[in-house]
Amino acid sequence: MRLSSKLTMLVAGLAVSACTNANRFDNDAVDLNQATGEAGGVVPGSASDPASPAYFQQTVGDRVLFAVDQSELSPEARATLDGQVQWLNTNSDYNAVIEGHADEQGTRAYNLALGGRRANSVMEYLVSQGIPDNRLRFVSYGKERPIEVCSDESCYAKNRRAVTIISAGPTS
Amino acid sequence: MKQFVATCLTTLLLAVMAPVTALAQNGPLRIEITEGVVEPLPYAVPDFVAESADAQELAQQIARVVADDLTGTGLFREVPREAHISQITSFGSPVQFADWKAINAQALVTGAVSSEGGRVVVKFRVWDVFSGTELGEGMQFAGSPDGWRRMAHKVADQVYSRITGESGYFDSRVVFVSESGPKDQRAKRLAVMDYDGANVQYLTSGNALVLAPRFSNDGQRVLYTSYETGLPRVHVLEVGTVQSRILPGQDGVMSFAPRFAPNGQTVVYSITQGSNTDIWAMDIASGGTRQLTSAPSIETAPSYSPDGSQIVFESDRSGTQQLYVMSASGGEAQRISSGQGRYSTPVWSPRGDMIAFTKQNAGRFHIGVMRTDGSEERLLTASFLDEGPTWAPNGRVIMFARETQGAQGASSLYSVDISGRNLKRVRTPEGASDPSWGPLQ
Repeated sequence: MRLSSKLTMLVAGLAVSACTNANRFDNDAVDLNQATGEAGGVVPGSASDPASPAYFQQTVGDRVLFAVDQSELSPEARATLDGQVQWLNTNSDYNAVIEGHADEQGTRAYNLALGGRRANSVMEYLVSQGIPDNRLRFVSYGKERPIEVCSDESCYAKNRRAVTIISAGPTS
Repeated sequence: MKQFVATCLTTLLLAVMAPVTALAQNGPLRIEITEGVVEPLPYAVPDFVAESADAQELAQQIARVVADDLTGTGLFREVPREAHISQITSFGSPVQFADWKAINAQALVTGAVSSEGGRVVVKFRVWDVFSGTELGEGMQFAGSPDGWRRMAHKVADQVYSRITGESGYFDSRVVFVSESGPKDQRAKRLAVMDYDGANVQYLTSGNALVLAPRFSNDGQRVLYTSYETGLPRVHVLEVGTVQSRILPGQDGVMSFAPRFAPNGQTVVYSITQGSNTDIWAMDIASGGTRQLTSAPSIETAPSYSPDGSQIVFESDRSGTQQLYVMSASGGEAQRISSGQGRYSTPVWSPRGDMIAFTKQNAGRFHIGVMRTDGSEERLLTASFLDEGPTWAPNGRVIMFARETQGAQGASSLYSVDISGRNLKRVRTPEGASDPSWGPLQ
């Protein structure tokens, strides 16, 4: 039951992501905009379904933040990643792409490399906790994809991030 | 060759140091850029003479573009046409120098345009008004009507060159990233334009994120970074056919910050493996690669010296981004930046004597230049975010991107003299970043 509903969701995700996620690492990134659960019930694939990517994103926590110019994982970041490890272990038919990002205070090429460092920090941690590295890939967006657009530290702090994007299917 | 380079260094140094020398009216008509120019040279460009009935509009337009080019340098000041006493009605008639002297036009550019069978011919002469002599010889350019701006730029390049003794930069193009959409959903596509922002042509569709295009020395090819495959990879595009291909590389490995060697056959770029970013070189024909740096830090933004023997790049091996120079074959690198702050995006000047860079210090960004040994550092600009200098083909002007602050922040292109004067915006249809200035055509 769960597997088949997951497959249905994946197909839907494919159709949507092909249009909207042209820049994503994978075209099979899963659509996270699923309907939320009805009162009292768990709708498979929704954020209330612990096996769903939406649950991973909203409840486990899909991102960790970094200090200026740093790629070291804070204790909070490690706690988030421990949750990710647990989820990835439980849901072993999902893979993940880790996206590294930088804030706008830096030049383009350096920020690409810095985002790569951050994504790699996350990937190395997940691998060190037992996630097979063939389930993980990383990509840096440098300063190209801020989620917050103001030009002060309140936004910069949220933009210096590595986001674990759950994707379907075996990596290779 | 060594002697030549040394001479260039000396003259450019003068440009840097010397304040102002007003143009002597009694000497020959000449602007010594190397002495720094604060008082621009007054000149006049009356409408060119239309030598065929349908050339009237072109004759005016071409004269205007010539004037825009010359005045835009900050080295020349146009005497407005309303002040002209004489009219030029025939290209061959003697010039009434007294009439141009009277309005203090020290240089005069006269020209004529004819159009016949889909072919436009532009003739021009440059006059030294105060000595009443012609500067250089009359020339003519011919081309199709839609190439009229290029012909105007060629005229202006000749005028600039005859008066300054330097080669011009007006008949040149700039490849850049055209930006649209809000800051958190910005669409980027490659575009190429004339140096003055005219004739914009888009080279990619905007479906994939693209960054930092770089012209080859002959202007025929462009290297750039594209997310077309899902992660940043170096691509090369033929400008003539607008066909592009990805350069060979390992699956799933990011490559970016490419730049051509002067010979056009080798590409230097960065590859990220694990947490480490290093500089590699690739023979573009064979795909053969060679690793040039091996420190565990970030090494990126490589740029060749014009003779191809050295590479300047940025590295944070010391803890913050700084500039280093190494042999084009890799190995030991010498740090050249030594001031406060971080230095990045170094670009070797086409003359070989200077390096332009981005500097971050105390929360501000600057575009600056230094000699290739790091001495004589001078900052030319300051703003919330200035980034990514590129040199005009004559090494006298730098173009860069400036991004404004805040949620509505947008990027646009600016140019500035290496003296720090004449900062001005280059108009583009949308936002713009990552300029790369191509050769004089």
